[in-house]
Amino acid sequence: MRRWLYLLPVAVFVLMAAGFYVGLNRDPDVLPSPLIDEPAPQFDLPPLPGKDKGLSTADLKGGVSLVNFFASWCVPCREEHKALSAFAALKRVPVYGVDYKDKPNAVAEWLGELGDPYTQIGADDGQVGIEWGVYGVPETFLVDATGRIRYKHVGPLTQAVIDKQILPLIARLGR
Amino acid sequence: MRRFFLALLLLTVLAPLPAHAVRPDEMLADPVLEARARDIGQELRCLVCRNQSIDDSDADLAHDIRVLVRQRLVAGDTDAQVIAYIRSRYGDFVLLKPPFQPDTWLLWGGPGLVLLAGLWAAGRYLRRQTRTAATPPLSADEERRLAQLLDDKAEP
Repeated sequence: MRRWLYLLPVAVFVLMAAGFYVGLNRDPDVLPSPLIDEPAPQFDLPPLPGKDKGLSTADLKGGVSLVNFFASWCVPCREEHKALSAFAALKRVPVYGVDYKDKPNAVAEWLGELGDPYTQIGADDGQVGIEWGVYGVPETFLVDATGRIRYKHVGPLTQAVIDKQILPLIARLGR
Repeated sequence: MRRFFLALLLLTVLAPLPAHAVRPDEMLADPVLEARARDIGQELRCLVCRNQSIDDSDADLAHDIRVLVRQRLVAGDTDAQVIAYIRSRYGDFVLLKPPFQPDTWLLWGGPGLVLLAGLWAAGRYLRRQTRTAATPPLSADEERRLAQLLDDKAEP
């Protein structure tokens, strides 16, 4: 028989191995968002009790900003809080918070305990989360000066994500 | 008494209610709209539990999307508009049935391709079989030799 046929199983193996190598190294919890490079959804959220400013689409225009969906009941949010606070302390861009499906007194307590890195916070009952395609807090978006979403991170922020992805992107987008 | 329990057992077996997570307070008063909401809910994936539809899932997000679907329907959206609305936020993955588009051609066409490959392989195999069957007849020389061999065997 033809010699090359003997190589067929090897070729199939190499192809499958390559497929698995790529596939198994991808995080199955991260879904592609159709909102990347799209204008941020319209919203207007009320402030947390005791604060005077909520958060709306208008706040996102005029400069690059980071929008972080979080909640006091969310354990990974506690985990990312340190990295997020360190990022906010750099004062590169405003860090806006969307408090997702939370109890007002619970979030006040949470921010009191851990510190409040946010420039402004809006309280969301879940509707705005759906508008932004949020399927599990924490999720973080980078919005450019024209109000377009440029980047999305699902899951807790880490110093590595901030250093390798977010800061370079902010530098590229201008402030 | 026994017959009663048998009947009860039969009833529970024959009438299993679908285990929907749709809560009574979410349902619309209009049965037509509610039926449409159910049809849509069956097609949308719950992004928290991944392999359940939003109608089957108890997750909070599934509840919110069910409510949203009903709000859009009441507002006068068509079924396709409601699905497009959710899809524009959560992407193709939210659809339990993947759409037919360039990046899913291989997914949808794969079984057909495998079938074609199988038919091709089967065809080749069968053709080779018939070719082996049609071997040329023995030459005069071979006939003589064969007769000789058979005779050898018959003699002792």
